[in-house]
Amino acid sequence: MKVDFNKLDKAFENRVRLQIMSVLMVNESYDFTSLKELLDVTDGNLASNLKALEKEEYITIHKSFIGRKPNTTYQASATGKKAFQIHLNALEQLIKLQKK
Amino acid sequence: MSEEQKLHDDLASIRNMMERSSRFISLSGLSGILAGVYALIGAWLAYSIIYLPGGFFKYREYMVNGLFDKENIPDLLFTPVMTQLIFIALAVLTASLTTGVVLTRRKAKRKGQQLWGKTSKALLFQMAVPLLTGGAFIIVMLLRGYLGIVAPACLAFYGLALVGAGAFTFNDIRYLGICETILGIMAAALPGFGLLFWALGFGVLHIIYGTVMHFKYDR
Repeated sequence: MKVDFNKLDKAFENRVRLQIMSVLMVNESYDFTSLKELLDVTDGNLASNLKALEKEEYITIHKSFIGRKPNTTYQASATGKKAFQIHLNALEQLIKLQKK
Repeated sequence: MSEEQKLHDDLASIRNMMERSSRFISLSGLSGILAGVYALIGAWLAYSIIYLPGGFFKYREYMVNGLFDKENIPDLLFTPVMTQLIFIALAVLTASLTTGVVLTRRKAKRKGQQLWGKTSKALLFQMAVPLLTGGAFIIVMLLRGYLGIVAPACLAFYGLALVGAGAFTFNDIRYLGICETILGIMAAALPGFGLLFWALGFGVLHIIYGTVMHFKYDR
């Protein structure tokens, strides 16, 4: 079976990153705490995966304060949305191929 | 095979996250059924307080022929009957909300979704705007003596709140909202049958909607 795995985005190989991107695709923005509770991961795990996505410039970060508490929100960038679409299409292709 | 399994897992987790992050999917169908039952009981109590003393068909005559003394309506608002009605309404509301919160909390726990999270806040805010507008509107109209406004306006504004809420929870709630709004307009067009429409909208429709939701999502 010939499958083109190169089209899959390495940035989304990690499950947490894939999930973060899914959330940011359907929500305008999401904050760190809500994201943590939704994905049920540790602070460190989430932070490092967010950083990885930030490095790819797939997401943008906005830091602000609610009272004295830091409140960081994340948004998917245009590049990130496009990359995710391509990744999804590649997934779809792969599944179609494997069904044959 | 494991590669294929991974692909399917990835897709499943994408779909799951998109849904859970943007919609509050823990609304309990059972609580809808119970809210409908409370509403029917409340409507029956209200009916027996207001109309049974005057006979079965007296009610419409009151409303339509203006047997209500328009000038004395501000006094009417503070009569024992009114106090009883307000008490019934508050009891129905409290019972429905309590049941809703308890059952929804149980379902949220099972689904691993937070009861008080980003999605439920968005849902409540979306509903609060039309509901508070409607509530204030009805109180103002009541104070000016338009008693007949209560049932149609309750139904219409509640319906609008539900239509808006559809974006933040199950889509089905939109159809409930549209039905409530239509009932509201019909109630406005047929003065004198307010309580009947109220019972249909808040009682019967809730029971139907709750049953559908229960079998579709709660299982």
